[in-house]
Amino acid sequence: MSKIEVTPGMFSKAETKPSLKAPITMLASALMVLVFFGFLGKAGNITYVWSDKREVVQLPVYTVNSMFFCIVLGALLLAIGGISLVINLQKKRTPFWLIAIFGFIAMMALLGWLATGAIQGVQMIFILSNTLVLAIPLILGGMAGLMSERVGVVNIAIEGQLLTGAFVSAVVSTMTGNLYLGLVAAMIASGLVSMVLASLAIKYLVDQIIIGVLLNVLVIGVTNFLHSAWLDNDSAHLNFPGTFDKIAIPFLSDLPILGQVLFNNRITVYLMFLIVPVLWYILFRTKLGLRARAVGEHPLAADTVGINVGRTRFWWVTIGGMVAGLGGAALTIGNVGSFGREMSGGQGFIALAVVILGRWQPIYVTLSALLFGFTIILRVWANQVSPGIPVDFITMVPYLVTLVAVAGFAGKVRPPAASGQPYEKG
Amino acid sequence: MKLELRNITKRFGTLVANDDISLTLKPGEIHSLLGENGAGKSTLMNVLYGLLQPDEGEILIDEKPVKFYGPGDAMAAGIGMVHQHFMLIPVFTVAENVVLGHEPTGKIGNLDLNAARKLVKEISDRFGFDIDPDAKVQDLPVGAQQRVEIIKSLARNAKALVLDEPTAVLTPQETDELMDIMRGLAKSGTSIIFITHKLREVQQVADRITVIRQGKVVASPSPKASASELASLMVGREVDLDVKRKPVKIGAETLVVKELTVLDDRQHQMVDGVTFSVHDGEVLAIAGVQGNGQTELAEAILGLRKIHSGSIEVAGQDVTKSSVREVLEAGLGYIPEDRKKDGLVGEFSIAENLMLDGSFGAPFAKGVQVDFAKRDEIAEKLIQEFDIRTPSAQTLAKQLSGGNQQKVVVARELGRELKVLVASQPTRGVDVGSIEFIHEQIISARDAGKALLIISTELDEVLALADRIAVMYRGRIVGIVDSKTTREKLGKMMAGIAA
Repeated sequence: MSKIEVTPGMFSKAETKPSLKAPITMLASALMVLVFFGFLGKAGNITYVWSDKREVVQLPVYTVNSMFFCIVLGALLLAIGGISLVINLQKKRTPFWLIAIFGFIAMMALLGWLATGAIQGVQMIFILSNTLVLAIPLILGGMAGLMSERVGVVNIAIEGQLLTGAFVSAVVSTMTGNLYLGLVAAMIASGLVSMVLASLAIKYLVDQIIIGVLLNVLVIGVTNFLHSAWLDNDSAHLNFPGTFDKIAIPFLSDLPILGQVLFNNRITVYLMFLIVPVLWYILFRTKLGLRARAVGEHPLAADTVGINVGRTRFWWVTIGGMVAGLGGAALTIGNVGSFGREMSGGQGFIALAVVILGRWQPIYVTLSALLFGFTIILRVWANQVSPGIPVDFITMVPYLVTLVAVAGFAGKVRPPAASGQPYEKG
Repeated sequence: MKLELRNITKRFGTLVANDDISLTLKPGEIHSLLGENGAGKSTLMNVLYGLLQPDEGEILIDEKPVKFYGPGDAMAAGIGMVHQHFMLIPVFTVAENVVLGHEPTGKIGNLDLNAARKLVKEISDRFGFDIDPDAKVQDLPVGAQQRVEIIKSLARNAKALVLDEPTAVLTPQETDELMDIMRGLAKSGTSIIFITHKLREVQQVADRITVIRQGKVVASPSPKASASELASLMVGREVDLDVKRKPVKIGAETLVVKELTVLDDRQHQMVDGVTFSVHDGEVLAIAGVQGNGQTELAEAILGLRKIHSGSIEVAGQDVTKSSVREVLEAGLGYIPEDRKKDGLVGEFSIAENLMLDGSFGAPFAKGVQVDFAKRDEIAEKLIQEFDIRTPSAQTLAKQLSGGNQQKVVVARELGRELKVLVASQPTRGVDVGSIEFIHEQIISARDAGKALLIISTELDEVLALADRIAVMYRGRIVGIVDSKTTREKLGKMMAGIAA
């Protein structure tokens, strides 16, 4: 008798070709860079500025000819796209580091092309540090979404939680004169919004999507009303909190490039530096995290080993809301300095996309949020350095980048198995 | 530990699922709980495990009454349960699954996975389980997953173990191994409640037997009782599970499957180069343990699942790329394995369910409108013909018993002009009376010259119906043999050993 031949594992794996998405996306973007930024590009020079005037270590300023440089970069990108195609033909997937290098070069070409002839040049420090600051609400909103989806509750209400945090932090900070109190109040307020979502979804099994949408509409309405009926009358005493002072971390902030970008920031940024790794650790290295993930994957199984599904879900969603509140505070007292109508502007929804792009992993979610942060600052910056370019085109770029990132590189994603499913005891 | 359930009653609305049931379990004994599907076995065990609260009656441990408000309480009292549907998290490792809920931790509350691995290794070695603590559960075969469930209970020092239909997912060989494991556990002092509806297994392993029928304890026969004795106690009358059939008159090849490969979303070949054909007037049964690609095979034939390579022909017509409707119109009938999910619309009436696949035109529709009179007339006829026990044709499908629901599905599929019938698990979760009836219908369709493909994980059913048997293992057909093949040989084939 002979055993039927089967490869280890349950079923043999089909011989399927890896998707051609990555090489095609790369080659197409490389061609675009080569043609539009290179051959059809602008005459003039690009100046890449790598240091801020205030910095201790001054890196030299590079000036290159725009068309020539973009042709070189375009050729490089084509080469990388070619490598990716070869890798694909050998039935392997394009490695992440290659995609990262490609992305960096393409970004340099785009920035260079935009800033051709501009006196201020490509201000890398300005771009990178603003990317980080603008990404904070997205990152923290993303963490809120991740925490709640990991336990099986879909949190559509991130937008409302960000807005609540922004409003409450501005008002409380102004009234008390203490920004830290504003921060804490924002967390509590957004935590409460999240608690409404959690208790309706978990205890009363109301549809999670519907509650989320309703909460968003409710928060937008309430803050708009309060803004026009109350804050506008006396904004000096109600909506003028100012922002946290920047804290430069000794020595680290003197590092070239990274120092100014990472280590000369407001407390909201440092809190993000703390929250993301801690969340990762809790999720993947502690029993709290193991239980949370179990609840999000297979709640009945978690219940049969004595884990309280409802309670676990309730607290993860609520604490997630508090983190989103922090993100909301980062919009006002961490950046702008006052509250504006609907100032979250859809970032809560982008945070939802960020969670998916980052595959429910804190670190990847952070990286995806940074990509979105970059696209936001790109829009602002491009308008300054390159006033000739149609505004509509620049507004389009962020979405184009996102589309390419999602469609071209993100593979098939698998959410927590019980995400969005209510759990009812038999 | 002595465990006693005393006068347990549990009602769901007007249905009395458990009616004054008493049961005792002595240390180190294997007590078999025998009953048909829907007799109330699982309800009783969920009461014991704290998942349900009894309406009346009490649970006693060592003569002291206890109350379980959740599985946590039951586990703390030393009761472990291996559910019919495993309570494992597929993306976790074995070690993570075993310690979930009582995790060993280090100094700062971090998970101590090394301790978890050691625990798994220790129990695994003690009973000869051979389980890798770092394997992901989703990559393990079902038999190994079941052992992980047992380890999970033992890791919590379970003194009494409830095994709920544990052999449903196992090959005959794995079943024998499980019986050995059960005896070993009993010898080491663990008492076991063994829930099943398979008589052979009860006779093999039980120290004591309790038979439940319609929520009541009907008998406690001796473990030496004969199979027919146990069967009539379980069903409440004499049963004859042998199906009478005429010698086979083989006609043309009506369903031809060639080199069929079907993938799941992880690119695994769930059906892997399968070739077979079914002739008119014969029943080809696909045997095999659950999850070896049978579901995907059936779905691919109907056109529900994308075909990676290969071809399918129904009555001479190539349907490889056809839509479901085209396949149905080519003369194929389909009984899905999960009637509640894929076979019926629970919120629809029986009459509506009976016209589900014929809603496009005559006889059920005139133009765009449903012909209600005709629909009800056909429904009445099928209800008579297929012995569907219902107050009326307008009763909602979800209000019927499992057996009658299945008869609705069978009536719908066999009620129209067919050339081929593909039936997945045609009698799963159905009472013995309905099994007999459905089997008769299948055989009479065969005698009428239709081609039938029956997919079943129950070897008894396969042997009762098949003219030829194809055994599937990990997506491939191990062999196609005739119906005289011994159980033992089929069992080996189900474990992938070709003849």
